[in-house]
Amino acid sequence: MNGQYLDFEKPILDLEKRIQDMKDFASGESLELSREIQLLEKRKDRLLQDIYSKLTRWQRVQLARHPLRPHSLDYINLISTDFVELHGDRGFADDKAVVGGFGKIEGRAVMFIGQQKGRDTKQKLYRNFGMMHPEGYRKALRLMQLASRSGKPIIILVDTPGAFPGIGAEERGQAEAIARNLREMFRLKVPITINIVGEGASGGALGIGIGDRVLMLENSWYSVISPEGCSAILWRDSSKAPLAAEALKLSSFDLKELKVIDRIVLEPVGGAHRNPKEAADILKREIIKDLGELSELEIEELLQKRIEKFRRMGVFSTEEYHLPERGEPPENIG
Amino acid sequence: MEWFKKPKNGLVSQQKKEIPDGLWTKCESCGEIIYVKELEKNLWVCHRCNFHFRIKSKDYIELLLDEGKLEEYDNNLISTDPLKFKDSKRYPDRIRDSRKKTGLNDAVIVGIGKIENKEVSFGVMDFGFIGGSMGSVVGEKVARAIERSLERKIPLVIVSCSGGARMQEGILSLMQMAKTSGLLAKLYDANIPFISVLTNPTTAGVMASYASLGDVIIAEPKALLGFAGPRVIQQTIGQELPTGFQSSEFFLEHGFLDKIVERKDLKKTVSLLLEYLLPPAKTS
Ligand SMILES: [Zn+2]
Repeated sequence: MNGQYLDFEKPILDLEKRIQDMKDFASGESLELSREIQLLEKRKDRLLQDIYSKLTRWQRVQLARHPLRPHSLDYINLISTDFVELHGDRGFADDKAVVGGFGKIEGRAVMFIGQQKGRDTKQKLYRNFGMMHPEGYRKALRLMQLASRSGKPIIILVDTPGAFPGIGAEERGQAEAIARNLREMFRLKVPITINIVGEGASGGALGIGIGDRVLMLENSWYSVISPEGCSAILWRDSSKAPLAAEALKLSSFDLKELKVIDRIVLEPVGGAHRNPKEAADILKREIIKDLGELSELEIEELLQKRIEKFRRMGVFSTEEYHLPERGEPPENIG
Repeated sequence: MEWFKKPKNGLVSQQKKEIPDGLWTKCESCGEIIYVKELEKNLWVCHRCNFHFRIKSKDYIELLLDEGKLEEYDNNLISTDPLKFKDSKRYPDRIRDSRKKTGLNDAVIVGIGKIENKEVSFGVMDFGFIGGSMGSVVGEKVARAIERSLERKIPLVIVSCSGGARMQEGILSLMQMAKTSGLLAKLYDANIPFISVLTNPTTAGVMASYASLGDVIIAEPKALLGFAGPRVIQQTIGQELPTGFQSSEFFLEHGFLDKIVERKDLKKTVSLLLEYLLPPAKTS
């Protein structure tokens, strides 16, 4: 990472700069230059295709954390009108790592809940890097229950590096807060759509992650543990995070294959940050599709299906399973 | 399904194997050297400092269920390797080694038993099997235990002992938290009681799902309980953790536990609680 771009983005940004310089210089007068520009544009498109059609899982993790990637409030503002933010858990505090409130999508009232990160240092600290405390999960639950009682569908935007691991968080019951949300979200009597827009780390993400549809943006990740956490525990070395990212199979494509998510939401080429407006438009269409389908269901059926959806998840064998032959420890690991 | 046979002489602690001569052991809490036979008689609780040594899942069956009998279910569920996960060991090898070491097929035993004549759907976790971690098999077995409570309208009792979700099954392990909590929502709506018993340690994914969702939650003394591991917290905040942090006593003090119960009193306490939680018998 180098400021505002990732290492593998550099060739594209260099090319874009050259094109821009040439455009500034030519200002549309020289025929030869404009042909040159055309050629460079074509090269850029090929390069984009080239780089982004074969991203590693670790590169996608980096895209999910891109300094310019749209955050939950960006999406809410781009997707909805008349957003009214509501605050506080009515018990302890207003957790700034999560935002929530009513808004309208194409005129239809909904409740938004989103984990929120900051962009500059001050905002990052204010938002606690998108890491919620127990009061955040309780604030989210209060707003979701309010939506349930007022019959408004709930749209969740997930983007967190994890629930905050701190003394206060433990004193106020981080585990209880997440567990309660897991149970109570199954009891909310309105459609819920879960949209992983950036990072989906562990219980911190799942704590607002129970719903009727689960979608992932193409370059988001969702996992039982962050690559760094996994690498620190299994390899006793957090610099093995790229290896851990591969081992954890945490990309949107992996989760689709593991039947954990319903759909992948494709991002503009190069990632959502290269065109936030277009990314938001695509996501909006997907949300509207989900809301349309889900509002057809009777509440009882909706709740039954929500439980069955998660009930099915997991892979195991019921026969006497023959473990494969003992293998050599994998190379360059351990 | 299979019936557990009563072990010949009391509880067999996991620590026992680790003591070469098997005669004396050291309390890991106060350092007292204890005669193993004495410790065994005292249910593996230190007579000096009341530290509760970790015991096996089968020991809790013996301790809590009438005649030490559990009608076991779902012992045929076996972990596969959906992620083809490799770290220093391949996951199938890890499973194979744990099965061999513990004689268990995974980190939880579930079934039907009786506690002072009250039928319960029972589950007990075993830390010896990959740190009591929850992957697809643990999640599925706990889910089925909840469903048996629902079908038979009998209370649920789960003894937890787990470091959290099992990393080697990635996102599928995380989803077991959702799966079990979804069924507990049904149990909650059906007004069927659930007693959650926490033992040392119960943390992370298990603590942040079913272990925290009991109608009544009790714990053995001085167990490590919490969401994040102490080492992670220490690294994040960069300061020493207060003494007693994330212990049963800490949990009780902060309102996340109903009661701390010593091992010798576990059965009668759970039994009494069941009596209070069950609806009054219908008079016809
Ligand atoms: Zn002691």
